[in-house]
Amino acid sequence: MTISVTLLVQMASFVLLIFFVNRVLWGPLTTIMARRQKRIADGLAAAEEGRRALDRAHEQEEEILKLARERAAEIVDHAERRARGLIEEARERAQKEGEEMAALRQAEAATEMARMREALRHDVGRLALLGAERVVQREIDPRLHADLLSQVMEQL
Amino acid sequence: MKHPIAYMTDHLKNLTVGHGFWSFQLDTIGIAAVLGALIVGTGWWVGRRLDEDHPTGMQNVLEAVVEFVDEQIQGIFPARDPLIGPLALTVFVWVLLMNMMDELPVDLLPTIAGWFGVRHFRSTPTADPYTTLGMALCVFLLTLVYNVRHKGVLGYLKGYVVHPFGPYLFPFNILMSLVEELAKPLSLGLRLFGNMFAGELVFLLIALLPWWFAWIPGTAWGIFHLLIITLQAFIFMILTIMYLAMAASEGDGAH
Repeated sequence: MTISVTLLVQMASFVLLIFFVNRVLWGPLTTIMARRQKRIADGLAAAEEGRRALDRAHEQEEEILKLARERAAEIVDHAERRARGLIEEARERAQKEGEEMAALRQAEAATEMARMREALRHDVGRLALLGAERVVQREIDPRLHADLLSQVMEQL
Repeated sequence: MKHPIAYMTDHLKNLTVGHGFWSFQLDTIGIAAVLGALIVGTGWWVGRRLDEDHPTGMQNVLEAVVEFVDEQIQGIFPARDPLIGPLALTVFVWVLLMNMMDELPVDLLPTIAGWFGVRHFRSTPTADPYTTLGMALCVFLLTLVYNVRHKGVLGYLKGYVVHPFGPYLFPFNILMSLVEELAKPLSLGLRLFGNMFAGELVFLLIALLPWWFAWIPGTAWGIFHLLIITLQAFIFMILTIMYLAMAASEGDGAH
């Protein structure tokens, strides 16, 4: 076998083919594959980030709910206490008013009694005077004996 | 009945134009060029409609091949290099396709060529040493370039002097290193050529058998040869990467 131009042509074909393979196959394909790889990696990272954000949101939600529950309990507690206070207050007021009313009635009754006693005393005086007139058969002049009468009434 | 010797020698002659140095083996050159054009054409066809999100059909195949080749490179080659990828991919795909020509019936292309008045036609470019040695020579020249680029001229030449027996036996060292370096491209090219040539030869021998029997060993050898075809393409690629990786490694004693 001698060196012939066929060898050189085949070498040239080889070199040329390497050049074109790089142009149309290796270059574009490796580029696109690297890009896809990067996108997949990015996507996975984003998914991971999203999951972490979701976890954080869940935690926050839990916290907010807890806070809200506490606050609601506080409000209910407060309201209950306030209601109890109001009832207590109302009861006290009612009691006091009742007592006041009772005292008023007593006072009115006492005044009435005093008035009736006064009237009764007056009547009794007049009856006594009438009795005495009958006994003495003579009219006692009320104007003359006013002093006497009032003295008698005083003694009743 | 065909005469066996005439049949064999006829089939082992190339379609040659010219004499001596200026002899063009048109069948080897032509088929190699057509297959190369097929690769580039496929690449161009797929490249027009590359889809990053939904790769389909041929793009998947090519991506798988590229990924496979890239894996081999990353396992062997020490650093990132813009040339080694396309080089290895070209070697693998081109050699594989050229080897595949061996699987065509041995008489198919010669018969068709015969209709056009062509007496000799060989359909497997890699069964022609000009192709395999041409590629091996290209790889060898590239190793020279890589050696010089990574070790410097002096560093590279120093390897010849001190390797493998130390500086005091430098005449032996130079001889041994020369043999070693020259054996690499020679064995690289001849291994592929030998395998393909032997495969072709066996197919020719089988073709000489009576037609009602030939298909049995023909099928068996065809299936076995598929393995050899793929394996030889793979070996050629791996050795190409390895020789260049050795040349590109920084240490000078790493032969």
